[in-house]
Amino acid sequence: MESLIVSIYVFTLAVFIGFELITKVPPLLHTPLMSGSNAISGITVVGALLAANANNWKVSTILGVLAIGFAMINVIGGFMVTDRMLGMFKKDKKTEKGA
Amino acid sequence: MIYLEQFTYLLASALFIIGLKYLGSAKTARRGNQYAMMAMAIAIVITLVVSGIAGPVQIIVGMVVGGLIGGVVAKKIEMTSMPQMVALFNGFGGIASTLVAYSEYLEPTTVPVSLDVNITLILSLFIGTVTLTGSLIAFAKLQGLMPGRPIVLPMHQILNFILMIGVVIFGVLYVMTPDVPMWPLLIIAAAALFGITFVIPIGGADMPVVIALLNSYSGLAASATGFVLSNNVLIIAGALVGASGLILTQLMCEAMNRSLFNVLFGAVGTDDSTGDAGTGSGEQKTVTRYTAEDAAMIMDTVQSVIIVPGYGLAVAQAQHVLHEMAEMLTARGIDVKYAIHPVAGRMPGHMNVLLAEANVPYDVLYEMDDINDEFQNTDVALIIGANDVVNPAARTKKDSPLYGMPILNVDYARTVMFVKRSMGAGFAGEANPLFFDDKTMMVFGDAKAVVTGLVKSLKEDE
Repeated sequence: MESLIVSIYVFTLAVFIGFELITKVPPLLHTPLMSGSNAISGITVVGALLAANANNWKVSTILGVLAIGFAMINVIGGFMVTDRMLGMFKKDKKTEKGA
Repeated sequence: MIYLEQFTYLLASALFIIGLKYLGSAKTARRGNQYAMMAMAIAIVITLVVSGIAGPVQIIVGMVVGGLIGGVVAKKIEMTSMPQMVALFNGFGGIASTLVAYSEYLEPTTVPVSLDVNITLILSLFIGTVTLTGSLIAFAKLQGLMPGRPIVLPMHQILNFILMIGVVIFGVLYVMTPDVPMWPLLIIAAAALFGITFVIPIGGADMPVVIALLNSYSGLAASATGFVLSNNVLIIAGALVGASGLILTQLMCEAMNRSLFNVLFGAVGTDDSTGDAGTGSGEQKTVTRYTAEDAAMIMDTVQSVIIVPGYGLAVAQAQHVLHEMAEMLTARGIDVKYAIHPVAGRMPGHMNVLLAEANVPYDVLYEMDDINDEFQNTDVALIIGANDVVNPAARTKKDSPLYGMPILNVDYARTVMFVKRSMGAGFAGEANPLFFDDKTMMVFGDAKAVVTGLVKSLKEDE
């Protein structure tokens, strides 16, 4: 039970930090924020690695491997598409050119 | 070794937080994303190092196959399809959590399994599965695989309620007799059905809210898995995503002046029948029709233009030619700005990305609150493929479904130009009185064709 209490503490504080940080993100960046946080939710891959990491092919191992696959789609796809999007955001260069 | 593992997870968690902080500003956002990438890499490596690689084959196969699929999708995806991609990826996050939780049920890390692990396991199975099936429905609606209009089953709310009760009952039975393999499977089944019945009654226009909410769920699912495994980096990263999705959900609801409850259970929207409401009343009143050439002539005489892009612009793929027009106007010394309504596009911030892709610099993109006072000093408000977000009925007509929704004050501009395919009303089905105003110019046609015509006429003048 003690570890559950600690977990709840950690979770609650992290939610507060999340609220603080995200409230400041401007609407301009909301789509990259969503795809980026998509990638972050792929952190489940850590749990998947633990589940798949066995030298047998029990059902639990196979489920773990599947979980690795799905989580990695999230991780790689999410981070890459976020980077691609953010690369498109440019400041106005005309002001420099015109000057 | 346990200290090394825990401190490395702490480092990863801190990097996630710093990454999100940097994501808050356009200048640092790319670096923020890279910090989050680093955090993920660190968490993956330390997990493998500490647990020892007992089954290298399956781990490599899983990582390579998943990584390749993700990489190809990220490279190929069209920016207009971002909402579908995010919806689908939310679902993948959900199923990963369910799979990990079920695998933990089959082969517990610590035996005997404690009560709190069992309880969090139920949560993890439930949230993960709801996220999965809910996201698949959202994806199908956005992709056009199923109709976007709300689908309401007979006794829909009662059905939802029964499914929830079912999850609770199976959960209790599971906690009492964890050895019966049927209980977790029944929890998954009930959750899967609930995810479907939860999203099908939500209309296509409300999808931005749903994607944001499911984004939050995918984070919570990761957190729940962290509770099961007592792994803090999962709990923290998941909680951050959960909070982020929740804030975006709230912002989208505010931008439509709807409560989350109304979005989820109101079954609002007629995705397939748009256009009926506008045309009927439109015939009686006179609308002044103009051509692209007329519009170009007006543009010769003005000093300031605010462009209001809507999703119709993206559908017509007119962003690039619009940018070309804006550049031409700017070159003539005209002040050109873009006004972006929070629900322009199909997901939070979607329109900004679509314009950025067309090389529109982000410092001419203005949020609603920052630009609404400027319309009264603006010569032309040019509205392309948008309707509901500029409909003044939202301010005055109390019985309108739009009433109370914050809108862009385009009607305060000296001239209002609409580029639209037809007289049709928007998602809300509310006719726009501004169409009949004396200072309004209606230019009918495909957004791309009209703007291309505008550019051509402007060039001829030069």
